Amino acid sequence: MTVKTPSKLEKILAAGHLAVTSECGPPRGSDPEGITRKAEMIKDHVDAINITDNQTSMTRMCSLAACIRLKLMGLEPVLQMVTRDRNRLALQSDILGAASFDIHNIICLSGDHNSFGDCAKGQNVHDLDSLQLVQTVRYMRDEGKFLGGDEIKRPPEMFVGAAANPFADPFEIRVPRLAKKIAAGAEFIQTQCIYNLDKFEEWMKLACDRGLTEKVYILAGMTPMKSAGMARYMKNRVPGMDVPDELVKRLADTPKEKQAEEGITICVEAIQRLKEVKGVAGFHVMAIEWEEKVPEIIERAGLYPRPKVV
Amino acid sequence: MIVADKKPIEEIIETTRNFKRLLILGCNECVTVCEAGGKKEVGILASALRMNALNQGREVKIDEITLERQCDHEYLEEIRNVVDQYDGILSIACGVGVQFTAEKYQATPVLPGVNTKFMGATEKRGLWVERCQGCGQCILATTGGICPVSRCAKRLFNGPCGGSSNGKCEISKEVDCAWQLIIDRMKALGTLEDYEKLSPIKDWSTDRAGGPRKVVREDVQL
Amino acid sequence: MRLNYPTNVKIIRVPCTGKVDTIHILRAFEKGADGVCVIGCMEGDCHYNSGNFRARKRVEQVSHLLEQIGIGGERVKMFNLSSGEGPRFAQYAVEMTERVTALGPNPIKLARKRAAA
Repeated sequence: MTVKTPSKLEKILAAGHLAVTSECGPPRGSDPEGITRKAEMIKDHVDAINITDNQTSMTRMCSLAACIRLKLMGLEPVLQMVTRDRNRLALQSDILGAASFDIHNIICLSGDHNSFGDCAKGQNVHDLDSLQLVQTVRYMRDEGKFLGGDEIKRPPEMFVGAAANPFADPFEIRVPRLAKKIAAGAEFIQTQCIYNLDKFEEWMKLACDRGLTEKVYILAGMTPMKSAGMARYMKNRVPGMDVPDELVKRLADTPKEKQAEEGITICVEAIQRLKEVKGVAGFHVMAIEWEEKVPEIIERAGLYPRPKVV
Repeated sequence: MIVADKKPIEEIIETTRNFKRLLILGCNECVTVCEAGGKKEVGILASALRMNALNQGREVKIDEITLERQCDHEYLEEIRNVVDQYDGILSIACGVGVQFTAEKYQATPVLPGVNTKFMGATEKRGLWVERCQGCGQCILATTGGICPVSRCAKRLFNGPCGGSSNGKCEISKEVDCAWQLIIDRMKALGTLEDYEKLSPIKDWSTDRAGGPRKVVREDVQL
Repeated sequence: MRLNYPTNVKIIRVPCTGKVDTIHILRAFEKGADGVCVIGCMEGDCHYNSGNFRARKRVEQVSHLLEQIGIGGERVKMFNLSSGEGPRFAQYAVEMTERVTALGPNPIKLARKRAAA
């Protein structure tokens, strides 16, 4: 796949390396240190850093501002944009704002429903859905035009991504859904965190068989478990999450003070196994509020040092 | 039909507290079907408000009239001769009826007695469910007859999202995932290959976003 | 059977308690009844299948409404018995009378008297 933007992430993927991205959640306040501190911890071990957008519908510092903060640190941000909070005017506007700071990566999501967060009484927008947002960014980039048809002065040069969840229901349309996202213009995919490696490999195989892995870069989502309690919570309480019983058991059988360490090991083992899976182009390590462990995971998984690209 | 639900009686007592001659105005159509504002409900509300007033030592005359509809001029005209007898009207029709009555009888306060909720259907007696939000540009032909605007919590046109679980929406186990329903229906109709067609960006100008709406039919206007 | 039951119980006969609608119970209170009991067949034995279930729901609705307007939700109650159970009817009549007596007269009656004065 040819390189179409100045995105460092795109270049690394196009060069055939396994890319590594990670995620930072902005603070629930205006202190930039909430971003800079986390970014400092992981910057040498990842190629790009996602900034989440009002995750779980809790009001936070906006993703765009935090991405600019990363850019000012000389790092590579991935702007996460949900369609829940902004209409098409604001979305296009923020895309231009990001482009003005030479932010070259964007991932388009619907967003968790606002009833989960601190603004349950507010309106949700959903003027566009996540696939239509992908189409919009591609249109702005490739045609150089606004949705309304007018020319954009200095169009955004963004590498466009979408999310995929191989474990959500119904399983039978999870690959057609991936095909749909690619048809909409997605160039990279970050998946929901993977624990059921067999099921993930099944999904990857179906995607490969359809030739989809040649049209899109798939980064496998990885989140280390901190404890057996966390494993159980994610298994039972988080929709769209598939946590096998053996994993919960493995953690439960570990003494409590060693569970976090075991969680990291499980994560590393998963990365090492998935590195060999055809079509996996990289990893998206989400260690929310545990960012200090990311370097260890990357190193133990044999993904350090990160490649340099021009 | 338009589905409404009764307002809590404390709220109605509060808003009608200063009226000495109150008319409770019901409607024989939608609110009758959803058992919120028909003749029966008018009677019950009148009786309860009378007893409440007496109990509080207040004298109130409360009358009961149920019109065929409150959204057509000719039916509302039926109370023209009596409207002066009241210092307030409690309309238990939907929001449309309350407003149309208020517009017609400008000198009389008209208060709502129900909360108008949505356009929906009677799934069974005592259970009314939302089906339409009046987006103004019906796309049911492309989604197997199931509306993603009114039934998907995120009104996705290319769903489902990652929160769909066992056919239920992430917001509640009691809410069906609209896109699961659409996919099931497409399977039943044998049109599942249409699932991969991208649904175009919606023109919301025919929805409330475009401003208060009207439908004009010159062909039936005299 | 010629059993005794309190003289202040006025009986209104209906073919089925399903015929008793919410408004009938409310009007009884409006006209000054201190209490209303709705006496229907045993649940499952209704001659018209579900009339007594409907009655129960309506009694619950009225009870709730009476509570909200300050009359007292305890003044209305549903009882179930089979038509052959004379003694039980007498027992329920006594129970209801005692219950309502303890609650005192319908406040509407007092309010009407005050208003008339």
